[in-house]
Amino acid sequence: MSLVIENLHASVEDTPILKGLNLEIPTGEVHAIMGPNGSGKSTLSKVIAGHDDYEVTGGKVVLDGVDIAELEVDERSRAGIFLAFQYPAEVPGVSNANFLRAALQARMPDGEELDAVAFYKDMYAKMDELEMNRKFTSRAVNEGFSGGEKKRNEILQMMMLDPRYCLLDETDSGLDIDALKVVAKGVNSMRSESRGFLVITHYQRLLDYIKPDVVHVMADGQIVKTGGPELALELEENGYDFLKSA
Amino acid sequence: MSSETATVQQVALEKDDVGNFSFPENHKFDAGYGLTKDTVDYISKVKDEPQWVNEFRHRALEVFESKPMPTNWATEDLNNIDFDAIRYYLSDGAKPKRSWDDVPPEVLETFDRLGVPEQERAFLAGVEAQYDSEAAYSNVKDALAEEGVIFVTCSEGLKEHEEIFRPWFGKVIPTGDNKFSALNSAVMSGGSFIYIPKGVKVKHPLQAYFRINSENFGQFERTLIIADEGAEVMYMEGCTAPKFETATLHSAVVELVAMKGAKIQYITVQNWSSNVYNLVTKRGLAHEDAEIRWIDCNIGSRLTMKYPGVVMKGERARGEVISIALANDEQHQDTGAKMVHAANNTTSNVVSKSISVGEGRSTYRGQVHIPKHLKGCKNNTECDALLINTNSRTDTYPAISVKGNQHVTQHEASVSQVSEEMLFYMQQRGLSETQAMSLAVNGFINDLVEEFPMEYSVELKRLIELEMEGSVG
Repeated sequence: MSLVIENLHASVEDTPILKGLNLEIPTGEVHAIMGPNGSGKSTLSKVIAGHDDYEVTGGKVVLDGVDIAELEVDERSRAGIFLAFQYPAEVPGVSNANFLRAALQARMPDGEELDAVAFYKDMYAKMDELEMNRKFTSRAVNEGFSGGEKKRNEILQMMMLDPRYCLLDETDSGLDIDALKVVAKGVNSMRSESRGFLVITHYQRLLDYIKPDVVHVMADGQIVKTGGPELALELEENGYDFLKSA
Repeated sequence: MSSETATVQQVALEKDDVGNFSFPENHKFDAGYGLTKDTVDYISKVKDEPQWVNEFRHRALEVFESKPMPTNWATEDLNNIDFDAIRYYLSDGAKPKRSWDDVPPEVLETFDRLGVPEQERAFLAGVEAQYDSEAAYSNVKDALAEEGVIFVTCSEGLKEHEEIFRPWFGKVIPTGDNKFSALNSAVMSGGSFIYIPKGVKVKHPLQAYFRINSENFGQFERTLIIADEGAEVMYMEGCTAPKFETATLHSAVVELVAMKGAKIQYITVQNWSSNVYNLVTKRGLAHEDAEIRWIDCNIGSRLTMKYPGVVMKGERARGEVISIALANDEQHQDTGAKMVHAANNTTSNVVSKSISVGEGRSTYRGQVHIPKHLKGCKNNTECDALLINTNSRTDTYPAISVKGNQHVTQHEASVSQVSEEMLFYMQQRGLSETQAMSLAVNGFINDLVEEFPMEYSVELKRLIELEMEGSVG
């Protein structure tokens, strides 16, 4: 089982952003992608999720052996891809509980209803893990949330939807150290042999708490270097300047 | 002037569209096409009306003919109504049945499919079911009748309860209020007359369902609800029509009278097909300490023009309009509210939410009037518009006329969009585009829907889902 990205090219409004990117994330592993601003990190996550602002001009994304080019955003989600957003959207008037219920209901076979009692029990247990107040369930999705609350909410959704591949886009941005620890705890609790992670980050800091198995460096739409966790520390020390000289 | 077809068969049924079916016409009485003095006399004769009603109709016809279309402020689309291509009265007889067993089979099946008898058994205190021009069924639970509650058709009201009916009839909305109130007054048929005696609080809602079955037809129900001192009542109306190629006209007049300390809540969930011109005048008169509340959900129709109003005539009277309008492709929802403060310390509240989808167009028109000689009046007006797709159009025309300086008013308006970003986010969580849109729309109106009785909020959510299904993809 793996999420494979093969020679992926993608453009936005005719400007190429991804330029032949290769990556393989087997289940059971945590991969980190680091890179300077503008290297295409966030684009990669959105292209995998199927955002239609991005045109795939070459290559493919293969989910557990299946090319997902023809799948819509929601179909990819239900097939097991979860994207924790850097800037999660607000959904006014829709409570967190109702939103999650709708998302889980969308995964049920036709004619089957989600068990509401079991749902709340499960959600409350996960909220406790993420140190979230119960009142949160009746608040509208991300509306008026602090940066930290939004990120916790992303992780809660991720835990509830139980995806096979988790893409975390700059999850550490806007988080203080305490919130970062809580979020990392949530992510770490989900690590398993049957799940793969792609953690996109600009800073090494997050990787102190979510230990990656593999670190990739991305620049100008490609993976330019791959190594172990030590690569992240190296980057922290020396910055991305080596990219220019390379 | 009659047509005969007795077979029960549906002629059209599209998937996922609850109201879109019709039966062959089976009318004993048909006033024919066009509107003349003869049409008015025909209606009076079929209904066996007293002379004063016939005279009332003739005066109204003159007013209707003398008034121009209000296209100086309203849409030019009104000029596309062909008054000669409409039939003004179609019925099987003027007397409604008191038992569903006596209702003709095709009419019973119609209301069964719309869920009316089922709702009656579940939670209603009384029901009237109108099919084209007349109520096919009308009944109120025995316990209420024993308390003196009257719930009959308007035709029955003006004949059998003239002493209560006549003093208020046409007083809240005079014939000449506008061209369409005059039209209604000339050819009115069906609708409800309700009287709640002093101090009687009706716990369960009374409901009317207005069903148009026939093509090239106009429905002109007339409703008068009087809640006597300290009485309370909730009335709900539902409306549907099949989708025909030609335009259908629905032009109702609804008058509410809340005596001292009375409360009337009037809830509308209409789901007209997109060939219906829906031009309705609704107004309530609230006496001292009385409260009138309009909850108005407008889904569908080609053009809806409706501005429910409350005249707060007694001190401390309260008026409220809560409205939701959804305009899809080829639809124009021109809705709003009128609040007339006519006594000290009166309070009004207007909350309007409109959703425009695709080519759909929403217009809000509000009028709040507080004269100079009064004191302690309050008005709150909020109108929010949600746009889905870039072609949608929304306009807001609030007119708040406040004279004097001893009043409190506030007005807020907002326009928002279901953004691509929001949709992507929701779809990334596994919701289809339709589900995401429905959820976003339901979220937008959520705080208003919470004010509805449960059964109606469920119905409204379902109608919105159906609308969104048709408009996405």
